[in-house]
Amino acid sequence: MGGSGTSNALLPLTSPGHGSGLLDIFRSRYLLNLLVQKELKVRYRGSVLGILWSYVKPGMQFVVFYIALGVFLGLEQSPTNRSGMPNYAIYLFSGIALINFFTEALGNAARSVVGNSGLIQKIYLPRQLFPVASVWVSAVHFLPQVLILAFVCVLNGWRPGFLEIGVAVAAFVMVGLLATGLGLFFGAVNVYFRDAENFVDMLLLVATWASPVLYSWEMVHNKVGPTWFALYQLNPLTVAVESFHLAFWYPTTVETVALVPNLLSLWIPVGMAISLTVLILGQLVFRRLEGRFAQEL
Amino acid sequence: MTTNSIEIKDISKKFVLRHTRSLKEAFVWIMKGRKGDLSKKFYALDGITLDIATGESVALLGLNGSGKSTLLKHISGVMLPDTGSVATRGRVAGLIEVGAGFHPDLSGRDNVYLNGAILGMSKEEIDAAFDSIVAFSEIEEFIDTEVKFYSSGMYLRLAFSVAVHTDPDVFLIDEILAVGDEPFQKKCLAKIKELHAAGKTLIVVSHDLDVVAKVCDRGILMQQGHAVMDAPVAEVIAKLRS
Repeated sequence: MGGSGTSNALLPLTSPGHGSGLLDIFRSRYLLNLLVQKELKVRYRGSVLGILWSYVKPGMQFVVFYIALGVFLGLEQSPTNRSGMPNYAIYLFSGIALINFFTEALGNAARSVVGNSGLIQKIYLPRQLFPVASVWVSAVHFLPQVLILAFVCVLNGWRPGFLEIGVAVAAFVMVGLLATGLGLFFGAVNVYFRDAENFVDMLLLVATWASPVLYSWEMVHNKVGPTWFALYQLNPLTVAVESFHLAFWYPTTVETVALVPNLLSLWIPVGMAISLTVLILGQLVFRRLEGRFAQEL
Repeated sequence: MTTNSIEIKDISKKFVLRHTRSLKEAFVWIMKGRKGDLSKKFYALDGITLDIATGESVALLGLNGSGKSTLLKHISGVMLPDTGSVATRGRVAGLIEVGAGFHPDLSGRDNVYLNGAILGMSKEEIDAAFDSIVAFSEIEEFIDTEVKFYSSGMYLRLAFSVAVHTDPDVFLIDEILAVGDEPFQKKCLAKIKELHAAGKTLIVVSHDLDVVAKVCDRGILMQQGHAVMDAPVAEVIAKLRS
């Protein structure tokens, strides 16, 4: 018979395959880091523009929306169109950047578990890593867009204080938590029902229009009244977009435009709480379902 | 005193052969009062109880579909049993299909780090073992080449090399002894014997009975999810060949 195994005798017996949820992510942060790097290297392999595609695509989207909505539909304020919004380009871009972060993060996270089925079926590792890595990769694509936004804002007289930066960070965290929570949920459900990824695509299509990215919140408020508007505000994405407007766009205007009432005192905390709840629920569902991933994939 | 590396108590695993993957069909099924069977079920593992002592080298033998690989997946934690419990001691590393964590578009170097981390190594451990991993795989000059340009033999050699350097306490080996050419196979075999001599626990699944006879002491014969025979490996092989 074999060796004595002296050093192993001290180790406890453990039950394999039982992770401790998101805590594992923290323990495997080196692996998470490598997965993110891999994704960034591999995403645009063989293309000439490479990672620039992450900027060309939203840039194009911005130009299309700006011309169609800002110029043709008259949302941009100009000497001949007093009713439009001042600095509509900045208003539009700050919203688009944030929504694109969410769209990319959730879209990829929902597919991440099925996409890594080869690994999941063969080696045990904390599976939450895959959705979380997707969100992280999107954040890496998103941050340079914020820098471009900040640069343009500075050219338009933006002088950020603690309030602006704090609100922007809060909006980013809110969207990140929401995307991670929904990503965990749909990533897990997608293993059982591939309908989930198509449902997510549909959800993401709605997301762009369900928040005041292209239009102003006042248009919604004037049409639906305060009660329904409160419901509209329960969407953390809406609050995050409005927060980005407060942080970047509002200071570049003459500050006569109206902001959403109670944004700081009420809606940001509410949005944060909803995002956190979604994250906790997503995590619970993921842990319920992950035990059978290997056989269902 | 002997300690157990693995304690398996009465585990069962039922597999569902799902016929449908769309919500619509599931919905229709529920609406019809869940009549009929949406899916077919069978037991991949049925009441397996098994203790493996630290330092033992065990072969899981049996025909295709007898549950050998499924049992390994339960030990590695990839699958959880429906009933019963599995407990392991120390780090378990699987050579369950080497190279599962390799990405073709990354260089050999990047893949060593990625795969090492997937198998549970820290950055420091990989840094320390890196030269040894490359030397063992014998692909020094191609280590910064993208893995997609590797021959299949080079690919498997690098993957195997990473796996053996994870320094596990329990080593799961599934059909990977057919790695590379003859000289490299011998090297792998020697490495596995070396691990065994160092007191590691080995669990081997292979249809190559000659290799199994060389590496393992104990054999377990599996049949339709049951462990039907547990004896010294030579006896089990004799029974399998008869």
